[in-house]
Amino acid sequence: MTTQEALFKYTLRLGDNGLIQGQRLSEWCSRGPILEEDLAITNLALDNIGRAQAFLKYAGEVEGKQKTEDDLAFKRGEREFYNLLMTELPIGDFAYTVAKQVLISAYEYFLYTELSNSTDEIIAGISQKAIKEVRYHLAHAKDWSERLGNGTEESKARLQKAYDELWSYTGEFFETTEEEKVLAPSKVAATTKNFEAKWNDMINEIFTISSITPPTAGWMQSGSQNGIHTEHLGHLLSEMQYLQRAYPDAKW
Amino acid sequence: MVKDLQSKEAIFQLLSQIVDPEIPVVTIEEMGMLRDVVITENACEVIITPTYTACPAMGIIEDDIQSVLRENGVENVTVTLVYSPAWTTDLMTEATKEKLKNYGIAAPMHSACSTWMTAAEHVTCPRCNSQHTQLISKFGSTACKALYACQDCLEPFDYFKCH
Repeated sequence: MTTQEALFKYTLRLGDNGLIQGQRLSEWCSRGPILEEDLAITNLALDNIGRAQAFLKYAGEVEGKQKTEDDLAFKRGEREFYNLLMTELPIGDFAYTVAKQVLISAYEYFLYTELSNSTDEIIAGISQKAIKEVRYHLAHAKDWSERLGNGTEESKARLQKAYDELWSYTGEFFETTEEEKVLAPSKVAATTKNFEAKWNDMINEIFTISSITPPTAGWMQSGSQNGIHTEHLGHLLSEMQYLQRAYPDAKW
Repeated sequence: MVKDLQSKEAIFQLLSQIVDPEIPVVTIEEMGMLRDVVITENACEVIITPTYTACPAMGIIEDDIQSVLRENGVENVTVTLVYSPAWTTDLMTEATKEKLKNYGIAAPMHSACSTWMTAAEHVTCPRCNSQHTQLISKFGSTACKALYACQDCLEPFDYFKCH
């Protein structure tokens, strides 16, 4: 893998994480449990899509094939996406979305803190912007985790079930990818292993204040770094990409 | 390009009249979004920075920049979006914050007040100046705002989040 190939895939993956997460969160639009949460979750979706736009634009420039961020978002097939598996999982109930947001936002909090100091100026610039937004996402998710975990028996049970179900998708967060091996020594990419322990500490602290029993570690899902996904991504893409597939290059 | 507009200052002056489409009482310069103007022999590059990565107003601002300069005879304009150094609410002057307040939006406190653990506390009501206010929703009508309510005058209001 050349440095250019690594940088392309690395930025593509950062973009894909935002894009797929944003697309999923946007499904809550008009379906939030309360009006304020409807607003909140769609705002989270917007931040994610904004980040995706910035990273995919850069990925297109790095690839050098005159592809725009829209080309990359709407004209790639499932196997060419590298988003973390957790981002593509269906939204589930509100507790499931909250648990997902806690796990992902905490991960992104450490990731973008590191990437804010990337030696690649563009990655550093986008990350300095992203970290401010992610911090807010994390605060929002943490608050809800605490409320649901200490709410009713029903809300607590749902939250516990969500964390238990999602846990096997967290192993991917800290896999050392081929592109990380190429880019981390020059500090272009973050070394994810470096903040795995800090992430665990933060998550355990959130479990404690949420009265949640930490899920037991077991089999960890894997595959997205090679474009291998769950059955959910294809369905998501068929909806997200429908217009550009049916009417290529349509504009408004 | 028209001769008398060739100076960077003149172009900056024109652009500093453009208002934020979401908060039309403040200009993009006052918001700290207008970063620089670079003039070359036959082109003009305007450098702007977004408040939030997905701020939907950026497209409108870009169109406004293009049309203001076109109307004034400046051609070959490109608008470049930069992320670094990241925009912060600390770029707003006290005068700008006062304008926001008069418009009904509580102005952001210093960005250092916003840590990942807490939302801003003791936001002052822009209508009655009471400090007796409550966070209703961390997210409001636009990406940059949160929703509060005053417990004295009972009015809900927007708070411009520290960023």
